[in-house]
Amino acid sequence: MSVLKELYQEVILDHNKNPRNFRKMDDATRHVEGYNPLCGDHYTIFLKLDGDIIRDVSFEGSGCAISKSSASVMTSMLKGKTKAEAESYFEDFHKLVKGELNAEQNMDRLGRLAAFAGVSEFPARVKCASLAWHTLHAALHDEGAAISTE
Amino acid sequence: MSGCKKAANWKSKMEITATYLADAAKAPVTVESCRFHFPLLRRQVNGKPLVYLDNAATSQKPQIVIDAIMRYYHEENSNIHRGVHYLSTKATEAYEEARIKVQNFINARSMQEVIYVRGTTEAINLVAATYGRMHVTAGDEVVISAMEHHSNIVPWQLLCEEKNAQLRVIPMNDAGELLLDEYERLLSDKTKIVAVTHISNALGTINPVKQMIASAHRRGIPVLVDGAQAVPHIKVDMQDLDCDFYAFSSHKMFGPTGVGVLFGKRELLEKMPPYQGGGDMIKSVTFEKTIYNDLPYRFEAGTPNIEGGIGLGAAIDYMNGMDLNAVAAYERELLAYATVRLKEIPGLTIIGAAKEKASVISFVLDGIHPHDIGTILDYEGIAIRTGHHCAQPVMKRFGIPATARASFAFYNTKEEVDVLVKGIYKVKEVLG
Repeated sequence: MSVLKELYQEVILDHNKNPRNFRKMDDATRHVEGYNPLCGDHYTIFLKLDGDIIRDVSFEGSGCAISKSSASVMTSMLKGKTKAEAESYFEDFHKLVKGELNAEQNMDRLGRLAAFAGVSEFPARVKCASLAWHTLHAALHDEGAAISTE
Repeated sequence: MSGCKKAANWKSKMEITATYLADAAKAPVTVESCRFHFPLLRRQVNGKPLVYLDNAATSQKPQIVIDAIMRYYHEENSNIHRGVHYLSTKATEAYEEARIKVQNFINARSMQEVIYVRGTTEAINLVAATYGRMHVTAGDEVVISAMEHHSNIVPWQLLCEEKNAQLRVIPMNDAGELLLDEYERLLSDKTKIVAVTHISNALGTINPVKQMIASAHRRGIPVLVDGAQAVPHIKVDMQDLDCDFYAFSSHKMFGPTGVGVLFGKRELLEKMPPYQGGGDMIKSVTFEKTIYNDLPYRFEAGTPNIEGGIGLGAAIDYMNGMDLNAVAAYERELLAYATVRLKEIPGLTIIGAAKEKASVISFVLDGIHPHDIGTILDYEGIAIRTGHHCAQPVMKRFGIPATARASFAFYNTKEEVDVLVKGIYKVKEVLG
């Protein structure tokens, strides 16, 4: 598989074309905007928290295939998870896209996140992949203001 | 010993350059021959021959520029304007000769009107912080255009905030052309300066700055022109344009980064307060009083970018070796060819269709984000710029978050346009 195909995997292309949980959430308990001033990617992550449990998560906005599919995959994985589990995914994801975690050896842990392993070969795109996750992280910590990857 | 060998190689390279310069004066430079002068264009990227189409961001450097910088460090390095020793004299001569080259290149009346700065951004900041602060007061207006680069927006915004003045913006039409009637209406007694780009970096539009300057002058308003994108493409003439300030960067015109020029009319510069204080910009300093230096040094505090000035001089030598009218004609032909070829691609829209346009093409693809276009083209060895091009208001005007931008120099070819077109089809295939 070429490096390019590894970046634009089927999972990524699918989530880019048909993003999951791509909607505004009117009854969200928290929402945070994430923005990458370098390329103009702009998303809002909506969270409905029930104590420690993420009851619902969705997103809205626009950006490249990598950032949009990353947001989509993220939301599809987090429903029903605890805040601590979400944080753990965030850490794994961060290591994965920076090439510090081997996808093949950690398939069970990573699940669909493994599709983003190819990003580590494209340093310019790490911020695209991470934008939604950084925004989620801020939302979990109730850092209400908009966050930026710069 | 290998060091000696290297030195010998370098010597012979210098001779080749000297021969080239002599030849360049005689023979018109063709696309094939000029590509040979840019060593970086011969490299590969991701296993493919490099197709460099990001010239509006920065241009590549010809060998004579690289050699001039190397020669300075090999033979003349020392500080300028202060030493009595041999090297300092040589370095000062080289640096000041380059200033004269700039003066002649832009047809300024005197070398005192040529101020070395770090680049276009610093040039504009200098004018806003000195001329601007001196003349703009509460209730006044600064007029810029809807297609400015952030560097010709933010310095004026800072000034307006400080002085409680208003920033007024000349609108543009859907083709990316300024509405000159609106411009005329914006000019009033409150207008203290007009700052407008010569060529838009995001759209390629060539603005009728000569006409705009004349309009402002009829009302006694001075005009600053951002020439960063113009100088590498068209002949600019300060006396013909009659602009009050003109800012440009060396690195976009085949010279090194970190140096640029502010042209200012002498009568304006003479009345402006200093920008930065320090060495070189003074005649005498006591704790009670400092007497500032004459033009242009009054605006050049501290040890400057000496290699940069010398490198810029070499870039001007290189450009003087070419027929700039022929270069402009060739670039127009390249732009026309690329425009036709790109328009044939289904789902591709070109942003910016001004009648007068430089060789810059911004485009978007249906359903595909520019950033993904950039990554996939890079994989094919094609370097383009993606994003908002430091012109977010332009993106907002066209209702898009970003564009992909291919920008051409005289060393680009139609074959490279074909590679770009093929690359865009590949993008559609991967993300289709």
